[in-house]
Amino acid sequence: MALARPIGILLAKELRTEFRTRELLVSTLVFVLIVLVLFSFTFDPTTTEARRFGPGLLWLALLFAGSLMLHPSFTREQSNDTLVALRLAPIEPVSILAAKILANFCFLLVAELVLLPVFAALYNLRILPVLGRLVAVLVLGTLALSIVGTVFAAISSQARMRELLLPLLLLPLLTPALVASAEATAGLFEDPPALAPVWVGVLAAFDTIFLTVTWLFGEYLLEE
Amino acid sequence: MASAANAMHTKTAGRQGLATLGVALLLAVAGYCALFVAPTEATMGLIQRIFYFHVPFGWTAFVAFFISFISSIAYLRSRAPRWDWLAVSSAEVGVPFVTVLLVTGPIWAHPVWGIWWTWDARLTSTFVLWVLYVCYLLLRTLIDEPERRAVVSAVFGIFAAFDVPLVYFSIWFFRTQHPQPVLGAGGSLDPRMLDVLLLCWAATLALLALLLPQRYRLEALRWEVERLRSGGESHLQDELSPLNKVRSI
Repeated sequence: MALARPIGILLAKELRTEFRTRELLVSTLVFVLIVLVLFSFTFDPTTTEARRFGPGLLWLALLFAGSLMLHPSFTREQSNDTLVALRLAPIEPVSILAAKILANFCFLLVAELVLLPVFAALYNLRILPVLGRLVAVLVLGTLALSIVGTVFAAISSQARMRELLLPLLLLPLLTPALVASAEATAGLFEDPPALAPVWVGVLAAFDTIFLTVTWLFGEYLLEE
Repeated sequence: MASAANAMHTKTAGRQGLATLGVALLLAVAGYCALFVAPTEATMGLIQRIFYFHVPFGWTAFVAFFISFISSIAYLRSRAPRWDWLAVSSAEVGVPFVTVLLVTGPIWAHPVWGIWWTWDARLTSTFVLWVLYVCYLLLRTLIDEPERRAVVSAVFGIFAAFDVPLVYFSIWFFRTQHPQPVLGAGGSLDPRMLDVLLLCWAATLALLALLLPQRYRLEALRWEVERLRSGGESHLQDELSPLNKVRSI
């Protein structure tokens, strides 16, 4: 694959930049934690309520976190005009986007894995018996968030009021992913736990469709 | 020269006025038929007549957004500004049409279902569609450079268009309260009702056909003004520059 090598190099660069400051990782962790704690003591849910609403709250918190935290992936490049340098490189422009999507996917997934035990403790949920399936849902849902989130960060970085614009563009578009991942996660905490194939299908379709659209049209966003 | 341009202007204005009159007349006839000609529905009664406004405005809005979607792709492929003008015009005309759909829906739902709103597949996907295109128009106001604005909003428009069916299917798996489509899918509709419905659709399509070219011309003029203004400013600076003053002396 001609794309794999540039994507690998750019991904290493993104990870290195992020782990120098860890700003995206830390702010996502703290933000989601605050939201989960606030929800938990505002509603003080019973076990059945926690099972029903906990997963939705978790995904909502992740979505808000994504819509607030993803815009640095392009604004970071603007301060020193480094996007111009990336575009000058003899690679497919779409590999720049792909590397950023993968990097954001990694950051969010690491944050989620740290948050998962905290979430289980706060909402009194047993995650160990369903861990494998839960991680599968997290991977699919987070991929949806990072694909659209990264592309829209590229869009909003070119506009005024960009910090405010990203959540406005992102949240309505992610409705299907939110519904599917929240429902799939809620199914895992029912008695007996079940993973509805329908929701996995919706998430997989969402990821496939928007990856394809990004592959076809994403490069236009990187032009000068 | 000036009088010829004036005559041309009067002619276009006259044609425009005639078209407006025609569409207004068509809408009036359609409204009359919806209220007095179509038979009253057996169970829902008079309130069902809102159907003749609700459904045609919805269909026409979807036509408008489809035009916008196709124009966005065409713009990215060809880079001809006219495709961007068409994309924004049809989106901006489509938004008020969907607004009519979203307002007449609850008015009809309240007496019939007993509730104003429910998170059903059609309602939710229409609502998300409306929000996405309002965001599309908002995004356009926040980017000043015309070509950047055209590219960025075209990409967003394509994402939005692909999202709407996904919203529909994801909510459809919950439950659906909205009635199934009346045409195709084995729906049954009195032939007279169908005639009135199609007449109303023709009237709203004519309204779209009236508004769309006007909005398109406005966008073309705006583009021209922006071009002149960016060129015009530098021209002005030339005249004011000290060097030019020295030259003129």
